[in-house]
Amino acid sequence: MLEISNLTHVYGSGPGAHHALGGVDLKVAQGELVCIVGPSGCGKSTLLRSIAGLLHPTGGTVTLGGKPVERTPDDLAVVFQDYSRSLFPWMSVGDNVALPLRRKGMDRPRRREAATEALEQVGLAGAEGKYPWQLSGGMQQRVSIARALAYRPALMLMDEPFGSVDAQTREDLEDLTLRVRSHHDMTILLITHDIDESVYVGDRVVVLSKAPATVVGDLRVDLPGPRDQITTRENPEFVHLRAEVGRLVRGMRDDPGAAS
Amino acid sequence: MRFLRALGRLWLVPVVLVAWEVATRAAEDVFFPPPTTIVARMHEMWFSGPAERLWLTDAALENIPTSVGRLFVGWLLASVIGIVLGVMLGRSALLSRFIDPLIQFGRAIPPPALLPLFLALFSIGAQMQIVTITSGIIWPILLNAGDGARHVDRQHLETSTVFGLSRSQRLFWVILPSAMPKIFAGLRLSLSLALILMVISELVGSVNGIGFQLLDAQRSYDLPGVWGTIVVLGVLGYLLNSAFLVAERRVLSWHRGANRTT
Amino acid sequence: MTGRSLFDNRLLCGAIGVAGLFCLAELAGRTGLIDPIVFPLASSVVGRAVGLAADVDFLADVASTLGAWAVGLLLTVLIAVPVGFLLGTLPWVETSLRPVLEFLRPIPSVALIPLALLLFSDRFDMKVAVIVYAAWWPVLINTMYGLKDVDPLAKETLRSFGFGPMAVLWRVSLPSTAPFIATGVRLAAAIALILAISAELLAGGSSGIGTFILEAGSSPDALEYTVAATIWAGAIGVISNSLFTLAERRLFHWHLARTEGAR
Repeated sequence: MLEISNLTHVYGSGPGAHHALGGVDLKVAQGELVCIVGPSGCGKSTLLRSIAGLLHPTGGTVTLGGKPVERTPDDLAVVFQDYSRSLFPWMSVGDNVALPLRRKGMDRPRRREAATEALEQVGLAGAEGKYPWQLSGGMQQRVSIARALAYRPALMLMDEPFGSVDAQTREDLEDLTLRVRSHHDMTILLITHDIDESVYVGDRVVVLSKAPATVVGDLRVDLPGPRDQITTRENPEFVHLRAEVGRLVRGMRDDPGAAS
Repeated sequence: MRFLRALGRLWLVPVVLVAWEVATRAAEDVFFPPPTTIVARMHEMWFSGPAERLWLTDAALENIPTSVGRLFVGWLLASVIGIVLGVMLGRSALLSRFIDPLIQFGRAIPPPALLPLFLALFSIGAQMQIVTITSGIIWPILLNAGDGARHVDRQHLETSTVFGLSRSQRLFWVILPSAMPKIFAGLRLSLSLALILMVISELVGSVNGIGFQLLDAQRSYDLPGVWGTIVVLGVLGYLLNSAFLVAERRVLSWHRGANRTT
Repeated sequence: MTGRSLFDNRLLCGAIGVAGLFCLAELAGRTGLIDPIVFPLASSVVGRAVGLAADVDFLADVASTLGAWAVGLLLTVLIAVPVGFLLGTLPWVETSLRPVLEFLRPIPSVALIPLALLLFSDRFDMKVAVIVYAAWWPVLINTMYGLKDVDPLAKETLRSFGFGPMAVLWRVSLPSTAPFIATGVRLAAAIALILAISAELLAGGSSGIGTFILEAGSSPDALEYTVAATIWAGAIGVISNSLFTLAERRLFHWHLARTEGAR
């Protein structure tokens, strides 16, 4: 459903230009959960912003559902890393979740109902009346996941969604993502720099090289479901995949010319 | 305990009042009447009316609401125009580049210098006073609204793009609320400026209002009246500021909450 | 591409904006949209403003206003800064005086002009008195605020080397409060100009920009003079504000660097 071919992006021009993407090719099928890993600063966010239509890449194409992405596509939602800057502090949690539904032509009671349902799914039943800043970081990130769910997108982009929460919360949110995904027919693209996380959550792990980024590895994750934090991480297949992704990420760091 | 603490904070007020009373009585200077004389004159001027009208005199009912009315109309007009223009300038870098020098110049004109011009254009009356107030106090609102609208968090804007908010939804649900703390700072400053301009416009061109009463008292060498009017204006300023702070606290409760936790 | 880079030039865009307003105003007058009798033509106002720059009487008025303004501002700083330091360093003085100050502060400063007119026989003294009353608030408040912002570590460092309280005040508190005081003085300068002109408008008789604007009202080209003089009043405001901002940047670039770095 998502096709990226030969995507390049350069920030600025002249000798100070920064080449973020160096020709990225990627195909994502309907219903897949693809994790994208790469060393920090490798252009993962640039890739995500190009898919979301927040940035015009200097070269290459992104097509979503057969249509080229020029502006932000209608059935796409993003969960940003920095929840405190993505949720609106002047709105209650319920209003934050319901706000994007306005454009779907839903009336007020239906918007409210959808928000309540989405909040229940992320384990925040009854939090509608609270303000985001009254919740903990992990709970705020749940709210932004609920906002994306209520929107019922065909594609959900998650930009380092668990990068700013503590380890325990991080595991909870990873499981929440897996659970949510089994309930909805949704394609998810999750960007992370955490190798364990990418193998644990993803159906597929795509490894990017450091900037200018290209795809240097594309591994299928065949782990038995349902996954859980203890047994899945003990599985020999998990350990093997983790090592392989780690080598790809790290190998590129030592010698950019080795792979590809 | 609370009483004691209040006593600890306020002890100087009665001391100052008594010292003022004693000193002015001793000096017997007509220009410095004792506070008791001032209060008596204030009572006579404004608060000696019939009980069913809350003891307000005809003079109080004629002048105070007129003045406050002009002040509010001028302030509301300045708020609406200032916020609309400010947000436009804040969201359009190109527009603000063209208009910026004009704004810098406009806000540097001391507002009273415009009084003779407005007197000539509108003649004495409410219209001239409202124009004076509005044109003089619009700058802090306009500049603050522009600043607030210019510095909306990029991620907030990207979030609204991603979720496909329309232009008006983006304006009313994202840009305006996020500029609100700055706008309120401007509104508060302009409210105190509005009082100053109300007074001066009534001193220069008016036939009623508190400022006119002040001028009247001064012309008839009624010094307790002059002092009393100044006290009334001070009380009015204090009340306006306090009322505004209460409103601000309600509207911006999210802002204080969000700042406390992050 | 050239069009874009043209619009990137702030100075040029600003000049176009000013010229645009001038042309619009002139056009409105020429076409009769705004009757030139009601409001003078933009070109004749600008002509008059240029003429005023060489008008000895007007220059004397400007000098008179600026004289009162400068004396008032100087007195303000001499009074407000020490008082601010006193209140900022002795908490019990501040808590005691606060209610009195909180009551005095909301009194609209121009309301004191009629009283000052009765109290002072000399117009210049009267102007200076009301200027000082109105302008001292921003200086006082900024001084107190700046003192609260002094880094306690810097004070303790100096004390640990055996310096006395006066040395600490002179070497740490004063320098780190200075940028805040400067901001207060810049705000006070604008307020002082407002009060000077207000006092001249209300007092009449003597000299000053306000008096000039008021007296121009009796000549046949009254409005031309009024608007031209108002333009100069605005220009003085712009110049004073830019000079103060420039001085602040020059003197306290270390402070700016620090606060911007912290952000």
